[in-house]
Amino acid sequence: MRAESPGPQHEWLDAAAGPVVRPYTLTGGRVRPAVDGFDLVAFVLAAPAADASGQPGLQPEHRQLVELARRPVAVADLAADLDLAVGVVRVLLGDLLARGLVAVHQPPTAAHLPDDNILKAVVNGLRAL
Amino acid sequence: MDSVRSDREGSGQRVPLALKILIAGGFGAGKTTLVSALSEVRPLQTEEILTGAGVGTDDLSGVEQKSTTTVAMDFGRITINDDLQVYLFGTPGQDRFWFLWDELAFGALGAVVLADTRRLADCFPSIDYFEQRGIPFVVGVNCFDGARRFGLESVRDALDLDPGVPLVLCDARDRQSAKLVLISLVEHVARQRGEPVPVA
Repeated sequence: MRAESPGPQHEWLDAAAGPVVRPYTLTGGRVRPAVDGFDLVAFVLAAPAADASGQPGLQPEHRQLVELARRPVAVADLAADLDLAVGVVRVLLGDLLARGLVAVHQPPTAAHLPDDNILKAVVNGLRAL
Repeated sequence: MDSVRSDREGSGQRVPLALKILIAGGFGAGKTTLVSALSEVRPLQTEEILTGAGVGTDDLSGVEQKSTTTVAMDFGRITINDDLQVYLFGTPGQDRFWFLWDELAFGALGAVVLADTRRLADCFPSIDYFEQRGIPFVVGVNCFDGARRFGLESVRDALDLDPGVPLVLCDARDRQSAKLVLISLVEHVARQRGEPVPVA
């Protein structure tokens, strides 16, 4: 047993001092996900019976991502919700995708920009704001 | 239409379509203010980490050895309906983060370039960026308190804007004003495709 296990809060550090744990420590130093293509507005959705709790090698953050993705949620929102850098979230999502715990729905590419009906809906929606 | 998107998941949940709009302009031009005025949620912030090996090198191990820098990105969200969301991303201001723009701009519907008439030249790089990549954009002239009011035509001349690019006056703090800028962008996107959006 290690008595000096650090708690989550260090009062002797303020925000300006930066995070206690360097960002990519969480990913074991990996800066790129196993799979490409987690656009900022790609939607992540947990697999229907996804259970990350029994999976070895997953961090608490992996499990949090699965819980947040019970409903479709954009990659950018996940990063903001977990207060993690987008790059870190992408690596973690890559792990989850590889284990089949989440599905990713990419946004349409520029070649498939939304059709006229969608643009009309956007304009009408904005007017109603 | 993207047929995959309307498929129902096994869990019975629909995945919305997210449209990305970039908010660009020089430092202090009002990007964060505009995102705040429009977003239904408090403007969120996320960070992108820049790594020294991120560009132009082939790091097979994927393990980063060099120093990292974090860049804050503001973003906001507007829900149009259950199936349609608009995400606004404020672009990082510094030139050395151009490559982050490339990712932001990928698949973007278009962009708003905010101009501050006191520092008009600050928005030149943004305009160049979107012109070069053929990304539709509008220019919003943010009317700051105490800023000299210029005629729109003189601003257009100073920016050497293509006549087809909409130029609108706005107050980035004001939701109604900010939303008109977005509407002019979406209408511009539709016009560019020869499908004018009828006025409601």
